[in-house]
Amino acid sequence: MPALQTVWFLLIGLLLVGYAVLDGFDLGAGIVHLFVARDDSERRSVINAIGPVWDGNEVWLITGGGALFAAFPLVYATVFSSFYLAVMLLLAALILRAVSIEFRSKEANRLWRLAWDVGFTLGSALAALLFGVALGNVVRGLPLDAGGVYRGGLVGLLNPFAIVMGLLTLGLAAQQGSAWLVLKTQGALQARARQAGVAATFVVIAAWVAATVIGWYDSNRLFGNFGRSPLAWTGPVVAAIALTSMLYAYRRRQELRAFALSSLAIVALAYTAGATLYPNLVPAAEASRSLTVDNAHSSDTTLTVMLVVALVGMPIVLAYTAFIYWRFKGKVQLDEASY
Amino acid sequence: MDVVQLSRIQFAVTISFHFIFPSITIGLAGLIAIVETLRWRTKRDVYDRLSVFLTKLFAVTFVIGVVSGIVMEFQFGTNWSVFSGYVGDIFGAPLAAEGIFAFFLESAFVGVVLFGRSRVGSTVRWIAGLLVFLGTTISAFWILVANSWMQTPAGFKIVTDANGASRAQLTDFWQAVFNPSTLPRLFHTLAACWVVGAFFLMGISAWYILRHRDSDVTAIAMRLAVIVAFFGSGLMFVSGDLQTREVQANQPLKFAAMEGVFTTSQGVALEIMALPPSQTGPAGFPSLAVPYGLSAMSDLDPNGEIKGLDQEPDESLWPPVAMTFMSFHLMVGLGALMLLLMLFGAYYEWRRSLDSHTRWLRFAVLAIPLPIIAVELGWMTAEVGRQPWIVQGLMLTSQGVSPGVSATDVGVSLMGILFVYALLFFLWIYALTKEIGRGPEAAVAEVVPAGPAPAEVASESAGEPKAGQTGRGR
Repeated sequence: MPALQTVWFLLIGLLLVGYAVLDGFDLGAGIVHLFVARDDSERRSVINAIGPVWDGNEVWLITGGGALFAAFPLVYATVFSSFYLAVMLLLAALILRAVSIEFRSKEANRLWRLAWDVGFTLGSALAALLFGVALGNVVRGLPLDAGGVYRGGLVGLLNPFAIVMGLLTLGLAAQQGSAWLVLKTQGALQARARQAGVAATFVVIAAWVAATVIGWYDSNRLFGNFGRSPLAWTGPVVAAIALTSMLYAYRRRQELRAFALSSLAIVALAYTAGATLYPNLVPAAEASRSLTVDNAHSSDTTLTVMLVVALVGMPIVLAYTAFIYWRFKGKVQLDEASY
Repeated sequence: MDVVQLSRIQFAVTISFHFIFPSITIGLAGLIAIVETLRWRTKRDVYDRLSVFLTKLFAVTFVIGVVSGIVMEFQFGTNWSVFSGYVGDIFGAPLAAEGIFAFFLESAFVGVVLFGRSRVGSTVRWIAGLLVFLGTTISAFWILVANSWMQTPAGFKIVTDANGASRAQLTDFWQAVFNPSTLPRLFHTLAACWVVGAFFLMGISAWYILRHRDSDVTAIAMRLAVIVAFFGSGLMFVSGDLQTREVQANQPLKFAAMEGVFTTSQGVALEIMALPPSQTGPAGFPSLAVPYGLSAMSDLDPNGEIKGLDQEPDESLWPPVAMTFMSFHLMVGLGALMLLLMLFGAYYEWRRSLDSHTRWLRFAVLAIPLPIIAVELGWMTAEVGRQPWIVQGLMLTSQGVSPGVSATDVGVSLMGILFVYALLFFLWIYALTKEIGRGPEAAVAEVVPAGPAPAEVASESAGEPKAGQTGRGR
């Protein structure tokens, strides 16, 4: 049986992947919102396509953050304080996204609605981009000092690898959001969402290739696990297959399959990032200062208690989440209760 | 200003802003659960309309609570990384448990309550309402567990890790969860949230009556709000007394600062109204006090001994006395004012004459923010009174701050937060007033009748004439 800390490495990965897949389509719907939805009723359709669920989806991030705090406190502390201004920007972006959804339909005024439409797209895009920039910096490794503190500021986070990773997550979210909209809408809006989804996938592929090339020259540590274990290769292989099959599914108008494959691509790429990291959580430029599953975890007591909490709680969460998605399945229909 | 001060100001701003919203939604969720239960059982249309109206007020408040809550969760890591590393083994678990047991529940089922009227049947909608209430309450529980552990840490030991840094390690989960202050603080806080929700609904209903826009819905809303506000206001004193006794036992310096007792003595008076004391002694100005009152209350003996701040000779470990004293006393004062309002309110409601007491109705409208302010003051008492500790007796606030974050960083983020929160507050008030302006009748007119439950629709319309009779016939 794997050590508790490795189980928690996987569980936190699972929570964050849950966030990426679920809120990924909310963020993505926001990213493509301005471009695929042209008139007011189309824009309301986009917002109502995520209306009943986006709030619950965001909880995956909150729970992932809490679980990281509980299982790997030093990682939580180091990552959040190192990315200080980036985290503040991320919070601003998430707030902008949320209030844009909530307040857009409170007034009929065209300018009012346009302002919130722009806010919805900007907030969603900035959040998706920042997640990738942060992930890129973590994967690449941080220049931690002897006390384990990062002092590079916001500028230090803007390196080519991290930026390309930001574009990768931006593209992935847009792809996921488009796939969701194809599933939930009809007519001209659906057709444009399909086009946006295909375009986003090409961004994803380009950014993925670029990240691999830059990563190759940037760091000799990055691909170590791929030389050691064939297991690491399942990530990129599955992701590549999922992305190509998704494009094929779009051609054959298989909406649900396209969405499922887009989700699978996110899972596989997240797995790839995890495989690159393990056993590190926050690799440091100087390897001895790295935070790993072995030196940054909580006590076995805490990890055991948390495991019980997760094993009792998460199946219930998954059950009622599935119930709610099932209840709200089908194409969006605007009624007076809608946004 | 240095990074510690700025981070403390930022934390104070973000927590006081955030707490406005959950205190309302926890209370409102309770009221919604009651109304939904009545709707489900009686099938009467009036409860349906009230429930929809309450849910709309809940939704707009909930969303601000959610977004400002994420800021709170992230801020431990961004601004207090040393604290986070030190307490993470214990402190992170309740936050994660809140997410898994509570936050998923409320966020998921808010969607059902809000959008599900045409998608789910009567029973599912009722259960969804109950689950939202359950979620908000469990949420409060875990957050209070985390904060109470900072007040009265238990179930842990201090260990030194490989890098030579010391940290708190969990030894007994249940001891940490039910540390000495958890339950008294939970009781007091939940009661406070119910009062906040009830005053909120009471003020809105009073406004409708004053504007002659009252209906069968506002009549029921008013009755419900008055009952909950009346018993809630009373409970505040019961639970407040329990909590104060807990503080006296476990955080005696906080207690001494709250009551403004500097020197340990017998037969201590209970200060009712006074100017703020300084850090070194009481304000040199006559105050309104009950002789022997504090000794009598605390020890049940007018000559009982009360330990003053001087029990701790190191004055640098005293909390800021004036702030602790004033926030506590203002909170109790507001509580008394609210109880007074509710004594009249309950009497008028019992006599069925509330509608004609215009002055009381005006006070009820003005009183909407009072319990929220009292809640804020209560938290200020709890948090300022714990200073200079971030975890009582274990870690100083000044030791917990993030070493890699500069004062400029925090200055920039604080400015941004002040700007964004001012905007959020404005938007919230705007959306609330708009929803209240439209009224409960409009809130329902726009909702399509429940499709999947034709039987319910039939019985609802059958119940309508009866619903009208409960109006006050003005």
